[in-house]
Amino acid sequence: MPTDPVIEVAGVTKTFAGVRALGDVDFTLQRGEIHALVGENGAGKSTLIKVLTGIHTPDAGSVTRNGHISTIYQEVNLVPLMSVSANLFLGREPRTRFGLIDRARRDAEAAELLRGYGITADVSSPLGTLAVGEQQMVALARAVAADADVVIMDEPTSSLEPREVETLLGVVRKLHEAGIAIIYVSHRMDELYRICDTVTVLRDGVNVHSGPLGDLPRIELVSLMLGRSVKEIEKHGTTAFGEGHQADTRPVLEAVDLVSRPRVGGVSVSVRPGEVVGLAGLLGSGRTETAKAIIGALPLDSGTVLVAGKAVPHTVKASMKAGISMLAEDRKTEGIIPNLSVRENIVLAALPRLGRFGVTSRSRQDRIVDTFIERLRIKVSSPEQKVAELSGGNQQKVLLARWLCTEPKILLLDEPTRGIDVGAKAEVQELIDELAREGLAVLLISSELDELLDGADRLVVLRDGAVAGELEGDRLTREHVLAAIAAEVTDDSGDHAGSHQDSR
Amino acid sequence: MTTTTTPPAVPRAAARTKVLQRQGAAVALVLVVAVSWLVFPRFGSPDNLRDLALQGSFLAVIAIGMTFVIITGGIDLSVGSLYALGGVLAAWGSQYGFLVALALPLVVCGVIGLINGLLIARTNMAPFIVTLASLLFARGLLLAITDEGANTYQIPADSAFVELGRGTVFGFGYPIFIAAVLAVLGGVVLNRTGFGQNVFATGGAEQSAVLLGVPVAKTKVLVYTMSGTLAGLAGALTAAYLQSGVTVIGVGLELDAIAVVVIGGTLLTGGMGTILGTVIGVGLIKVIQNVINQIGTLDSNYQSVVSGVFLLIVVVLQRILRR
Repeated sequence: MPTDPVIEVAGVTKTFAGVRALGDVDFTLQRGEIHALVGENGAGKSTLIKVLTGIHTPDAGSVTRNGHISTIYQEVNLVPLMSVSANLFLGREPRTRFGLIDRARRDAEAAELLRGYGITADVSSPLGTLAVGEQQMVALARAVAADADVVIMDEPTSSLEPREVETLLGVVRKLHEAGIAIIYVSHRMDELYRICDTVTVLRDGVNVHSGPLGDLPRIELVSLMLGRSVKEIEKHGTTAFGEGHQADTRPVLEAVDLVSRPRVGGVSVSVRPGEVVGLAGLLGSGRTETAKAIIGALPLDSGTVLVAGKAVPHTVKASMKAGISMLAEDRKTEGIIPNLSVRENIVLAALPRLGRFGVTSRSRQDRIVDTFIERLRIKVSSPEQKVAELSGGNQQKVLLARWLCTEPKILLLDEPTRGIDVGAKAEVQELIDELAREGLAVLLISSELDELLDGADRLVVLRDGAVAGELEGDRLTREHVLAAIAAEVTDDSGDHAGSHQDSR
Repeated sequence: MTTTTTPPAVPRAAARTKVLQRQGAAVALVLVVAVSWLVFPRFGSPDNLRDLALQGSFLAVIAIGMTFVIITGGIDLSVGSLYALGGVLAAWGSQYGFLVALALPLVVCGVIGLINGLLIARTNMAPFIVTLASLLFARGLLLAITDEGANTYQIPADSAFVELGRGTVFGFGYPIFIAAVLAVLGGVVLNRTGFGQNVFATGGAEQSAVLLGVPVAKTKVLVYTMSGTLAGLAGALTAAYLQSGVTVIGVGLELDAIAVVVIGGTLLTGGMGTILGTVIGVGLIKVIQNVINQIGTLDSNYQSVVSGVFLLIVVVLQRILRR
């Protein structure tokens, strides 16, 4: 095989606070290849990327780079308050004769460039006004436009809609044709097998396999990642999500005709104890907003929320008191407090209950925190470790623990497995199952249809802020969900000019 | 199936609100000026307006630097002390000629600003703490070199340096033109240079800015150096105008500067702001003070009470408009 490496890593070791993140890792990226980098939560992928890009200096070993590297991260790392075009060209703005930034040209070039990624938004408006998926596209466009020889994509599709994923994969192929090498980090097997040439599997900071991807059966790949034998996986599957929940008959949560303009226009949902109800629908269909309206985080124009038959005043405080907790979608901005410790993050919501006269008992805190760390299998060096130092999956578990220790009756989960790896995902799904079995009512929002189909006992499909269908039993299939979602395209695409549905 | 790509039209009302949001302070300024003009006959006199502009120009010079600092998400509490220190240094230096009188305050205050910036950027200390320390440091230094304020350096009336503060074109003092030029320059630097973009990126999302390749530490060092230098310049101009280095001025001036920047629409949390807004903020606060002076019967102690209440009203109005 002819070798022309753009990146060569030999014997790299990196340790953080006594914990080994990478141990003697070798890694080679050939010019022009698409290289899948996979591994469980905390396997060392992010650390390896940061070593490649030079953000981390390895403790031992060498890194050779023969080209310019651009990275796009899982969470969009752009500046929301700056305009789309300013973000796109930050650091290499087109200049006028006098060396000043040529804003007209910047906007024009940005609009032109983004059209190729299917984005038609106003490039002079702040980036933060775009949908998350669109922001991700801008990040990608930025990385690509920087004339990189290597583009590293860390979970680029985790927040994208299926249509956007196709656009992104199309862009990846174009880059490939242009001779750019790509390191593609993803937990979605389909994507990996569709576009990647080679694969490197990391487990516990060690490179356990490098080689062509096409030759490697999927189940073999999963077993390499998880460190379990193929037989074991064949027997139990990678996840046992969705094994029979016992649902009571009387709903514990009833949301009746919720209207919260502009996104929620008359949604009714009910969840029984021990039941997992999925909220399906496209980005922008009002899933998150429905959950927020239920818990009182969005103002209601009309409608009522009942818990165990009793109306709940429409405030977050009252909802939480009534037993509703919500795990927000964007854990970076709406949940995790990165500089506080794991313990502090977990007990935050339960603090009022943990003490008397405003003084909380530390020993009770510790007891609760230890219980949850063990039960949710949160990987930490100690409860006092800063949450910022944990991997995505473990951060998500910390958040889950936070809401669980308020002893809720109803749990609203918004994309609980977004951006976390296969192993952690399975664990989170398993936890949701366990919780439902114990009698908790769960409202699950997910963009991954399979997750909803596997995990939910019943599905409520939303489109444009209204219920487009309710599915259970035999009708709980991919086809029925898609039909319910797709009804929108044929029914009223004319009334929704420029909305998210664009039937290509 | 039909494919629709027409972008949603922005409703008129929304567009109007957007204008009000951006120009909230400007609208308030126009209103206050109009009312003052009608109610107080002396307000609109050329002399009063010239005086108003001159008084505003010193604050404006400081506030321009503060705008940069606040957009990076920081704060500079040292500018009031540096302003007074700059004035004393200029007055002392004037005995050695124009150049020393001008350069000494700029260099000393600039270096203190540089130290602020280095401490904030390199050690990750809170800007509030670092600049609070230099507020005390500069004020102390000032008292030390003036024999606890007992020694006021005078600037010879025939010195060329005095001209810098007292000279006029069409009756408008030089400091007004200096402030105007700096405001225009500041606006260009902020919006049309790479450094300006770095300022916005640093304050908008510092972690992301680092990953985007923005020299965050360097940007911070630069804005605090700028802020210190401009405070020194404002002090020097004031000394030239007053013909002496007054030691008791500038106490609490940093809060005025922060107030006008925020009134001008710059986010105190960083990432967003304009120099034009800051200039309008300076106009607003100075017009209010001027009007209070016109009401001769008002006890001077109540002046800051009234201007405080007024500022609050302006900020609340802005918040309401922003909804």
